[in-house]
Parts: sequence; C-alpha cells; structure tokens
Amino acid sequence: MINTEALVDKVVNEVLRQLNSEGITERKTVKPSQIQLTEIGPAKQGTVEDEVVVGLSPAFGRHFQENIVGVPLRDILREVVAGISEEGLQFRIIRVNHTADVAFIAHTAAKLSGSGVGIGIQSRGTTVIHHKDLQPLNNLELFPQCPVMTLDTYRMIGKNAAKYAKGESPEPVPVVNDQMARPKYQAKAAVMHNFETKYVKTGVKPVELDFAFN
Amino acid sequence: MKSTAFKSKRFKVLAERPVNLDGFVAEWPEVGLIAINSPNDPKPSIKIENGKIVEMDGKRREDFDMIDQFIADYAIDLDVAEEAMAMDSIEIAKMLVDINVPREKVVRIAQGLTPAKITEVINEMNVVEIMMAIQKVRARKRPANQCHVTNVRDNPVQIAADAAEAAIRGFDEQETTVGITRYAPFNALALLVGSQTGRGGVLTQCAMEESFELSLGMRGLTSYAETISVYGTERVFVDGDDTPWSKAFLASAYASRGIKMRFTSGTGSEVQMGFAEGKSMLYLEARCIMLTKGAGVQGLQNGSISCIGVPGAVPSGIRVVAGENLITMMLDLEVASGNDQTFSHSDIRRTARLLLLMMPGTDFIASGYSAVPNYDNMFAGSNVDIEDVDDYMVLQRDLMIDGGLRPVSEEEVLAVRNKAARALQAVFDKLGLPPITDEEVEAATIAHGSKDMPPRDVNQDLKAATEMMERGVTSLDVIKALAESGFEDVAENILNMLKQRIAGDYLHTSAVLDENFNIDSAVNNPNDYQGPGTGYRLSEERWNEIKNIPNALKPEDFETKEGGN
Repeated sequence: MINTEALVDKVVNEVLRQLNSEGITERKTVKPSQIQLTEIGPAKQGTVEDEVVVGLSPAFGRHFQENIVGVPLRDILREVVAGISEEGLQFRIIRVNHTADVAFIAHTAAKLSGSGVGIGIQSRGTTVIHHKDLQPLNNLELFPQCPVMTLDTYRMIGKNAAKYAKGESPEPVPVVNDQMARPKYQAKAAVMHNFETKYVKTGVKPVELDFAFN
Repeated sequence: MKSTAFKSKRFKVLAERPVNLDGFVAEWPEVGLIAINSPNDPKPSIKIENGKIVEMDGKRREDFDMIDQFIADYAIDLDVAEEAMAMDSIEIAKMLVDINVPREKVVRIAQGLTPAKITEVINEMNVVEIMMAIQKVRARKRPANQCHVTNVRDNPVQIAADAAEAAIRGFDEQETTVGITRYAPFNALALLVGSQTGRGGVLTQCAMEESFELSLGMRGLTSYAETISVYGTERVFVDGDDTPWSKAFLASAYASRGIKMRFTSGTGSEVQMGFAEGKSMLYLEARCIMLTKGAGVQGLQNGSISCIGVPGAVPSGIRVVAGENLITMMLDLEVASGNDQTFSHSDIRRTARLLLLMMPGTDFIASGYSAVPNYDNMFAGSNVDIEDVDDYMVLQRDLMIDGGLRPVSEEEVLAVRNKAARALQAVFDKLGLPPITDEEVEAATIAHGSKDMPPRDVNQDLKAATEMMERGVTSLDVIKALAESGFEDVAENILNMLKQRIAGDYLHTSAVLDENFNIDSAVNNPNDYQGPGTGYRLSEERWNEIKNIPNALKPEDFETKEGGN
C-alpha cells in the first residue's frame, strides 16, 4: 500500500529543495537589490521609552550592500527591526557619521534612544547591543564574529535589545565561536573597514533614516 | 572556493589544501596594507636642541602629532640618541646577532633610536637573524608561557578545572575573558581559585573593558593586566577615546595598587581600524612599542595579537611579526609574544610561526596558548590549543628547547581538576552564589570542553555576578570561604598573591612567581646570552622532565609480562 500523503510530502520537499538550491546559485549572479535608506534630517533625542535606536556605520548601504559573507544588508536590517517590532517596541534608524567603530556607533544610538538601548551595526555585519549608561567599550551584548552570524541571529539581537528596553533580563543570544573566521576573513575585514572609514566625517552629527522595506 | 574551475586534477587537490582556506591579500600601501617598508614611511632623522628633540623622522616638532610628541619627550634616551642615530642600520643589525656584543650594549643603543630607524634595523635582518637576536635580547633568562582559559558558555566550574590543569602543565600566567560581558566577575573568580589550586604563584588576568578590569584587579580577583591597548596613529587612539597620556595614567593606577601590568599592541591594528595613514605595519608598531617605553610600563604583549590575520595575509608579514617582538626586547621591555590567535588553517604555517618564538624562547612564547579546545577559546581561537599539547611536548623534546610546559599524567590532571571544581563549589556556597552541583564537579573533572558540561542557569548567574560586584566581594572573602571549607592550602596561596601587592617585586620587568612565591624576573635572572655555553640552558632536572613524555617506551616496558617465569 502506498502512503500517498508521505509521497506527496516527499515530492514537494524535493521540488522545494531544488528551487532553493537554484535560488542560491541565482543570488550569486544577480546583484542584491539595493537597500533603500533616505535621510530625513538630524537624529533627535528620543522621548518615548518604548523605542530602540539602530545605528548604522558610515558606509552601510552606501558603499556596501552585503556583509562580509554576502548576506544582503537590507535583510540584516529588516531582521533586526522585525525583532524589535515583534516585542511590541518602536524602532528608529540612524546613520552614524563621525566614527566607524561599532562600540561607539552602538553607544551613540543608545544615547539617542528614549529607552537608553541602542544597536550598532557595521557594513561587515559586526553588531553590538548597548546601553547609554555603560562605558563605550562595554556592552550589553557583543557579536564580534560577523562571518558566523545568520539572519536568525540578527532577529534575536533585535528581540533582545527590545527586551532590555522593556527592563527585562533576556537570556543573551547564544555565543557562536568559529576559530577559523580570523584566518579566512580578517584581511577582507580590514579591506572593508578601510572603505568604511573613507565615509567617516569627523564632527558630522548622526542623521535619521527612513528604511523602505519593499 | 574555485575548486570546480580547475582542469588539472593536481591543482584541484592543491586548492583543497588547508592553506588555501586562508585569506591572502596583495599589498595596498596607500592604506597601510603592507608589512614593512611602505613608500610612505618616513626616513630616519633626529635633531636635538637645548635638550629637546626638535625634529624626528623628518618631521619638525611643531608638526608632531601626539604620539610623536610622547615618544620624543619620554621614550628616546637623549644621551645616546645622536650617537645611535649616526650609526648605520646594518651596523646595529649586526650588533643584534653578534654573540660578542652583550645585550646591554644593544639595549643602550636601541633606546636612542627613532621609530623609523628601528624599523630600518629590522628590515636589514632575515628571520634567522631575528631569532638569533631574540635569543640574546629577551629580558628574562628563562623562557615561559601564558595560556587562555575560557569557554563558550562562561561556565565557571569548567574555568576552575581548566585553570588548575593549566597550572600543573606549567603556564606561569593565565588569561580569561568572557562570551557574555556580565559573566566577568565569575570568570575572574573561577580562574583565581582554579589556578591557585593547581599551583601557588600563577598570575591571572581577566581581559575586559579597562575600568572594569582595573576594578577586578583592585579587588584582588586578578593579579595582572595586559589588554591595555595602544595604537600607532592618532586617529585610532582618538576613536577609542584615548591618548598616550590616558593610557599612562591607567598604567600608574595599576602600579599604585601593586598590580603587574603590560600594554598590548600589534601590527595590523591601525589598518584593521582603517587609519594607518599609508604607513607600514611595522613602522606604526615601532611607535606603539616606544610609546609603551615612554609610559614607563614594564612590558608589552605584541606580535600582531588579534590582528594576525592582517600581517599574515601580506608578504613577509610573519617575519615582521617576529621583528616587532624583537623591537620590544631591544627596548628592554618584557614581551608576551603573541602566537595567541588563529591565523592559519594550515598546520605547517602555524607551526612555522610558532617556532620563530619557541626556538629562541621569549618571556611568554604564547601570550595565550589555548588551555582549552579552540571551540571554547573566547579570544576567537589561538594558534595552539590544548589538542596540540602533546605535539608541543614532543617539539620541546625533539629540539631540546624549553617551551615552558611540562608533561603530566592523567591521574594528576583528574585529581587537580576535581579539587579546583570542589574548591569553587565551596566558595560559591559560602559567598551565597548560585550553587555548583556535585554533577557539575564530576563533569568538570573529566571534561574536555564545554560540550561536556551540564548547562547552568545563565540569568541567575548573571544576576549573582552583578550582585557580587555590588556587594563589594574581594579576594579576602574568597580566602575566608576557602579556609572555612577545608581548602587552607588554596586559601594560603591566594593570600600570598595579595602579599605580593605589598612587596611589589613582581612589578619588575618580566616577573613571574614560582611555586614558593619567589620572583623570577629580568632583575634577578637577567638574560646573559653570549653564544654557546651562556644564557639559558636546560638544567638536568628540567631536561629530565621534558624527556620523560609518558608515551616514550622504556626498556622495562619490554620485560616479560607473563609474571612467574
């Protein structure tokens, strides 16, 4: 006797798998669609407590559309803000111009955030969750190894930042360690960061951005 | 990456070799992606007027940036500067390798050199000459080693057990850091208790944000600090909200409390942060080393450190990294010489990089040999980890060199891991921290890594760790808890570590403590190498220790096992 239901499942899964693998090869050749960020004026001090501010590095979405391992920056930003929204909080996105250092980007975002919690993201994908009352080189959570971060990680980062903003103590996003990330990616990271710093404008204040999800 | 594109089967095989997983980049001098000798590096020069440097490396005093100024005012010895700068760089390089020139003479001349000049000296040397010079110029006579003790879950019981094991394996210094920042007080506490269970006198540190790291030291939860970073360009300093003066101030804060400390720097950090100003990695690192000297700090951790992937990716980078260690020694500073971060997938490359320092010996050959498997190394992996330790023992034995480690038996490792885990269990109990179960103690005793440990309630730990700092717990409370729980010997060791604060002897250059809390430093045991028969030689006792790896067959192993006849 043939279990038709199982068979149908199997066929559907096989087709999906093929579609997925085609999708991946396709993504390599097609340029990822550009992230749409519009400057809407100077970043203001937040007044509401139910918000998290996301700070982007100077070249994020300008020079770079993908992180160090090719994940589209558009998708990364979408996951982060979706994580924040999922916890019922609001988000604002700012461009930090005066530094490319992720700790200071995150701290700048935190200081502008009404809740005191901010997230900083560099083009290569390195991310920090920060609080305005901590030392700049301290943090709530730090994700130094960008090559191992997946879109799920970015969503969890958004969620956790929102939870800190609500005064909760969430379980930190599990730390992933790949000791071979450095030999593989550090020189590339250095090259990327040198592009990043070309966009740094000393003394230029952060700018509020509008992010089109499309 | 391109393995499918090859027609040649041989090239396909080669493409799949580990070395081809490493990242390599071409030189890009405009942004400083060049190891040494950038076309933008300044030419050496010095002009002194009225006891002040008015020109250095082609720049007038009024054009100095803050690093130039700091070096000119505090690092360069004006009494020898003109004499030293007038010498040919090749002559100075020859002094470094000439066994007939004692260390003191080289050190005296080196302290009169500018950053561009000292870089030029290194550029005259090949790797073997650099190794020769390291053997002669390192400060302490006896080489030693430092390890990392961390895990991906920040499990304190495992840290204590691994620290105890690392202590009996011979590491004189141990360093921890965190996956989650707020775990830091527990990591420092577990490292302290574990290390002092293994052997009294091991120095420990917890690499954290600077003010927090200092507060851990002031409470006696750590006994030295190392991750006080300095940089070779002004922009990188300013980006970190720092100046050479603020770093020197922090250094004096440690000294005032009797806590050993050294700075950290390394080639590649400036280009990694995007502000190398087109200068070569070694020229910028020479500035860091001189800045360290100028701040009056006794030593430096360098050898690229966390940026090793950058010099490792450009031509001659690994030679230059050994060269930066040498400059540190030439300036009479303690050196913790890197080898502490993964830089290659290739066992051949990482061994070659290790041997440049392991064969001549340095104050700390690795400034972070991973005493845990690399998957648990929260410095993102070390060049050598615990799974390499038997290879390391055999290298010591093959080459008859002292890499600072000793062979151990399974029985002694199990015993000391168990004791450390129980000691920490007792401390947690007395201090009212979240309990450590007997199951955790058992797991830590036999564990290889965090995958072998039962999970802890992370949130409860984090709350308790924060509370522990708020309550003002110090190492005196730890000593009391240990003494009241039957761990008098461990309590005694930690108390002795506190006494060192008052004596202050371990603030001397390259100081470490032996198991009887005697100092071994560049002051009471200076390197006097001048060729065969001089300098550090293995004692008979030490050589016997290195020789006797447990897996070497002995004649008695071949005696009849039948028993009876």
